[in-house]
Amino acid sequence: MDVKTFAGGLHPPDSKEYAKDKVIERCPLPDELVIPAAQHIGAPAEICVAAGDLVKKGQVIATAKGFVSVPIHASTSGEVIAVEPRLHPMGKLLPAVVIKPDGEDQWDESLQQQDPDQLDADALKKLIGQAGIVGMGGATFPAHVKLSPPEGKKIDTLILNGVECEPYLTADHRMMLEESERIIDGIKIVRKVLGLETAIIGIEINKPDAIEKLAKECAPHNIKVQPLKVQYPQGAEKQLIDACTGRQVPTGGLPMDCGVVVQNVGTCAAISDAIRLGRPLVERVATVTGPGIRNPKNLLIAVGTPLKHMLDQCDGLDGKPAKIIMGGPMMGQTQLSLDVPAIRGTSGLLIFREQDLPRKNAGPCIRCGRCISVCPIHLQPTTIAAYARLDRVDEAESYNALDCIECGCCTYICPATLPLVQSIRHIKGGIMAKRRKI
Amino acid sequence: MDNTLYLSSSPHIHSGETTERIMRLVIYALLPAAAVSLYFFGLPALKTLLICTLGCIAFEALANKLMKQPLTVKDGSGALTGILLALNMPASSAWWLSLLGAAVAILIGKMIYGGLGYNPFNPALVARVVLLISFPVQMTSWTAPAPLTTGIDAVTAATPLGEMKMSVMLTGKLPENLNSGMLDYFTGNMAGCLGEVSAIALLAGGLFLIYKKVITWHIPVSFIGTTLGVGAIFWLVDASKYPNPLFHLLTGGLILGAFFMATDMVTSPVTYQGMLIFGFGCGLLTILIRLFGGYPEGVSFAILLMNAATPLIDRYCRPKIYGQVEKA
Repeated sequence: MDVKTFAGGLHPPDSKEYAKDKVIERCPLPDELVIPAAQHIGAPAEICVAAGDLVKKGQVIATAKGFVSVPIHASTSGEVIAVEPRLHPMGKLLPAVVIKPDGEDQWDESLQQQDPDQLDADALKKLIGQAGIVGMGGATFPAHVKLSPPEGKKIDTLILNGVECEPYLTADHRMMLEESERIIDGIKIVRKVLGLETAIIGIEINKPDAIEKLAKECAPHNIKVQPLKVQYPQGAEKQLIDACTGRQVPTGGLPMDCGVVVQNVGTCAAISDAIRLGRPLVERVATVTGPGIRNPKNLLIAVGTPLKHMLDQCDGLDGKPAKIIMGGPMMGQTQLSLDVPAIRGTSGLLIFREQDLPRKNAGPCIRCGRCISVCPIHLQPTTIAAYARLDRVDEAESYNALDCIECGCCTYICPATLPLVQSIRHIKGGIMAKRRKI
Repeated sequence: MDNTLYLSSSPHIHSGETTERIMRLVIYALLPAAAVSLYFFGLPALKTLLICTLGCIAFEALANKLMKQPLTVKDGSGALTGILLALNMPASSAWWLSLLGAAVAILIGKMIYGGLGYNPFNPALVARVVLLISFPVQMTSWTAPAPLTTGIDAVTAATPLGEMKMSVMLTGKLPENLNSGMLDYFTGNMAGCLGEVSAIALLAGGLFLIYKKVITWHIPVSFIGTTLGVGAIFWLVDASKYPNPLFHLLTGGLILGAFFMATDMVTSPVTYQGMLIFGFGCGLLTILIRLFGGYPEGVSFAILLMNAATPLIDRYCRPKIYGQVEKA
């Protein structure tokens, strides 16, 4: 097997045994869905329903504002009981539509099934945008924007991200095993939109069953499956492109600057649904996992399902939660409360108890250089972090702080347990603020 | 009931790697060399090892107290400095010489800068050089090895490098018996510092550190490679005046220096490219001092000089970052 990889990175214990063999299970609807207007990178959608309105599943409840934005849809049929600020996964109170499900879970009749073969690229792109499809690996970048390279940018390769390099998470793994047909269909649609032939699915070799299954099913469609070394952050866009094609995204640029578009495998399945079934993105698979969960599962959830409800489906907590993480342990966000809803970018819910948290005992940097050898961008994290602690914005900038992808490898490996990536994040904010001022 | 929820920015897991573990592994790696020194030099060696190590720990604790810092001795770096210092002393050192070395290493070499991580020079080498310059007689009173099994009392002897220097200075030629003792040099059966005598024990420890990924190959290979390479050039030019590369490798402190002193993380460059340059500089200076300098041995001075160059090397050696390519 021709296993590829990138330079740098590391290999944390993948901890996927909690949920990798759990078949995707549909999570029953909660008593109340909280659907925020901001669920993607770009301008938040504008809410267009009011308390008292009756909505159908798939109906638009917030409209896209501008090109880099997508509409938001009702995840079930029912009554809008409130439009108000609610606690968002970002940790702030943000506008949200609260829906009380009517139990019918009825799709909006106006949604139309289409045959992708009968549509041209522009029509497909428009439908993908209208369906609210965003990158489902967690970055939530609107898919139709990625599929609209500006004039003159030649795209020749489509890479599908089936890496799932974050420890614990298994949602994409299960999708590839259980929903390969929809994924492959979505890939063919994306390929048509971009007008290219070469499509590569990158999968880490800790998922041999997914590699085998997809390789077999992809062969007739001229889609290549590329096995990748188990190495974090293999699934980061830039590292994945490097591993699969040997190309590098120019610093400050986008994948399209080296002729590549990357989409998550789950996103492709959603694109297939959006065209063939006319169904917008209102549900997704999320892994509920971690040592703090009694019965970890991969759940198919309606967007807006509160985390607490997801936990209940997994027989609740085993012990007291100390950290509630949305996403994986390397890049996920800690949450203030279990009342927060899962959104379109929620790939997992991870619970750690006190005893699962790493010991914190920051000491002085001993200049061991481990952060430099693991940095997948080949930055010097300890140097940038040292400047960050002194708020020396210009020096941090000159060490390419803005190229940091915030994967967390440096902090993970640091023997002095220094918060390196956290310091770099801080100074990146400073650099951006300085640039805005000039 | 305590319902604390931690909010923090990612990542939320850690490798478990610690400074303490790194220091502990380096200490383990030095144990074979320490054991060999005990075998060849007996109780005086044990005395020197104990005084240096305990002295370093005690002085660090004292400095912590004076500087109103939390106690830092448990990170193991003080003990490591002590062992390295002992391995850089003659076996027969007087107790006060060892204790003075420990004080210089910890107080002047390390704590005065703020402690671990902030010292520009390798503390053990600072102490060795201060002692060498201040007490040249005591620091070069070598004893011939007297293995525990022989029961002979220690007798004074010169190190192979010292003999070479003396001979070249007096006669312009290398001593005649120079190459006869290679096997003894390899196992450590020669006069010298505690830790510079046994090439094989030091190599075993050094390879252990590389295997455990505590250090990388860059500095040792570059350091030793340069010493041997430049040494070989001189040897090819005039073999009657300049010793062969193997002699350079097996005598003196080259292996101890290259694997354990030059690789001190705090005082060496952080990038691979920088490490190669650092090792090259160490090697070149070592050979030049050995062949043309006033002292027979140049490893300590070479490393200290390159320690001084480390910030400069770090400034100019930056890895090529991802994405420094032309836009398509």
